[in-house]
Amino acid sequence: MLRFEKALLRRGTFALNVDLELAKGDRLALIGPSGGGKSSVLDAVAGFLPLGEGRLEINGQDMNDAQPATRPVTFLFQEHNLFPHLTVAQNVGLGIRPNLRLSAEDHQRVTKALAEVDLSDHPHKLPRELSGGQRQRVALARALLRDKPLLLLDEPFAALGPALRREMLDLVARICEETTATLIMVTHQPEDAARIAGLTSVVADGSVSQPLLTEELFKNPPPTLKAYL
Amino acid sequence: MARRTQPVILRFAGLTALLLVLGFTLGTAGALFLAAEPGRGLARSDWSALRFTLVQASLSAVISVVVAVPLARALVRQSFPGRSLVLTLLGAPFLLPVIVAVLGLLAVWGRSGLVSTGLLAIGAERIDIYGLWGVVLAHVFFNLPLVTRILVQGWMAIPAEQFKLAEQLQFSPADMFRHLEMQMLRQSLPGAFTLVFLLCMTSFAVALALGGGPRATTLELAIYQALRFDFDLAHAAMLAGVQFGLCCLVAAVAMFLSLGVDFGAGLGGPVRHKSLRSSQTLMDRTLIVAAVAFLGLPLLMVVVRGITGLIADLPDGMGPATLRSLGVALISALVSLGFALVLAAWLDRLRGPRRWGAEVIGYLGIAASPFVMGTGLFILLNPVISPFSVSLPVTAAVNAVISLPFSLRVLLPAFAQLRQSHGRLGDSLGMSGWSRFRLISWPVLRRPAGFATGLAAALSMGDLGVIALFAPTRGETLPLYIYSLMGAYRMEAAAGAALVLLVSSLALFWLFDRGGRLNAAV
Repeated sequence: MLRFEKALLRRGTFALNVDLELAKGDRLALIGPSGGGKSSVLDAVAGFLPLGEGRLEINGQDMNDAQPATRPVTFLFQEHNLFPHLTVAQNVGLGIRPNLRLSAEDHQRVTKALAEVDLSDHPHKLPRELSGGQRQRVALARALLRDKPLLLLDEPFAALGPALRREMLDLVARICEETTATLIMVTHQPEDAARIAGLTSVVADGSVSQPLLTEELFKNPPPTLKAYL
Repeated sequence: MARRTQPVILRFAGLTALLLVLGFTLGTAGALFLAAEPGRGLARSDWSALRFTLVQASLSAVISVVVAVPLARALVRQSFPGRSLVLTLLGAPFLLPVIVAVLGLLAVWGRSGLVSTGLLAIGAERIDIYGLWGVVLAHVFFNLPLVTRILVQGWMAIPAEQFKLAEQLQFSPADMFRHLEMQMLRQSLPGAFTLVFLLCMTSFAVALALGGGPRATTLELAIYQALRFDFDLAHAAMLAGVQFGLCCLVAAVAMFLSLGVDFGAGLGGPVRHKSLRSSQTLMDRTLIVAAVAFLGLPLLMVVVRGITGLIADLPDGMGPATLRSLGVALISALVSLGFALVLAAWLDRLRGPRRWGAEVIGYLGIAASPFVMGTGLFILLNPVISPFSVSLPVTAAVNAVISLPFSLRVLLPAFAQLRQSHGRLGDSLGMSGWSRFRLISWPVLRRPAGFATGLAAALSMGDLGVIALFAPTRGETLPLYIYSLMGAYRMEAAAGAALVLLVSSLALFWLFDRGGRLNAAV
């Protein structure tokens, strides 16, 4: 459902070659050293970084000239996924209507999504009154409502402790199953990849390696991955 | 962890500096209250001065803010060659002596300026900017760039992720404005507005040069007239008391409003905006060109007229006046640096409410207008010594106190950084006293210290406030000398001297700032 064809991503003097194909429902972890270009891959999928060369296809449609708004993608950043002046419920509601004119039915959907991520008690709180984990859960509730075929995670749980991180990853896995979404996530932690992603690619030395089964990749790491680990 | 004890000498020096600041601000205010005769009340002309002060400050602040919003947005979302140069130009008015700016503005907007000449050529009338509109024009010239810079910083501080999020959620331009830009503006505009309002209330030199007469007299101008022309100390004290009260009120509002800005810095990355409509781009570019012309033309005219003026009419009083100004600026800058270092070192070790209290007092220099301080000093000194005989030391001292808030703002973060990065290492090596300062502190502090001192020197060099109250007829500083040349309609000579003043101010700033950076390791 997603295909990079001889794509070249450029950011200043940095360049990254991407040749990659994913099927619907795949879960891919991108692992590798800082500055290797992991986030650039996500930015290219979401349309925040135009391709220097090559092609990007999602669901069989050419995406090269598509604006970020028209791409079937939900992106979770490390921080700032919520607007600080809007309540939890409003932040989730943005996933239905950006102007927040919600019908009674829409409000019900928001309530249901918040229940799914265990935040039923706090719909009227502001983001600053929540913990880091709760904030990312609000963003996940919105992802659930948006129900886009592609979910991109740029280390949204990096600042959380190990137990909480595992819990959040399980929640992501559940959401992917419910929405049958394809997942690409950037991570620094091999155990995160092992927990949720069936496939893993190494992003280093200016290219993205072909996705391999995560278990086998870590059992038998190539030199670039060995150097990173 | 054991609390580090404060060296006695530091505490002593800090307290002394604090008391001096208090003496200069609150002490002079106290002298005013004692000298005023409240029973007399305010005369009709006093009320009209009060009204004019508030009207011109409101107009100046409103215009500055209203123009700054689209200008800052244009500067953030357009990229064009020379963009960083324009941003630098926005910083220039801060170092610019008021009297120089006034001459530049007159060269463009005055009766024989560029605009009037153009109007005459097409058969229209000349324009006359003396009075309310001249004062407002000059205040916008100084404060539009200030507000624009504050807003550009505000825009840059909106996390890049939020723009991405907005695009992904298919925000319309209206949603974008409501959820991103409106929030930032709501947080930064009230503070910026009150700051400009305060600066316009206390800018004596602009009112002196462009205002005057019964319909365009500010409170400070009224104080000046009461002291210099009527020698009515009680009247001056009364007006200064009113001015002090108003300024404290506005400053308190400004401090309150600028608290609590709630934007965590984003992970950065350039903001890639959606492709703009061509009408927006056209509007942005027009606005930028107009702003550059508005700010740049007067500066250009100062240089052009200055050069021809220096060739045509080199006044003989200029040399001594320049030397006096340089002396005042250097002494004032060094005193300010000394105060700022001692106060910052002391403040940095205080915690809790004591820290807060001490910091507020340090910032009193903003609230107590230099002119009010000067009036108080004048009244205090008058029974003891002729105020005119100590004009230069008083000018240097008052200017040092005025630049203190700026210096503290620059130095306090440096001290905090010093404590966090090297504090424990220095402790564990048992370093203390002078060697600690020389080896650990100074290398970190010299850059901000150089910058702050340069700023103080430039401000003092261009000052035309206190000196106007105290100056004897012979013994003027360069800004006052320029003002008296203007009063004698020797505009060419004034233009030449203004260029000298401009160059000296910039050179002083450059020397100190550069001195702080030279061979600096950090």
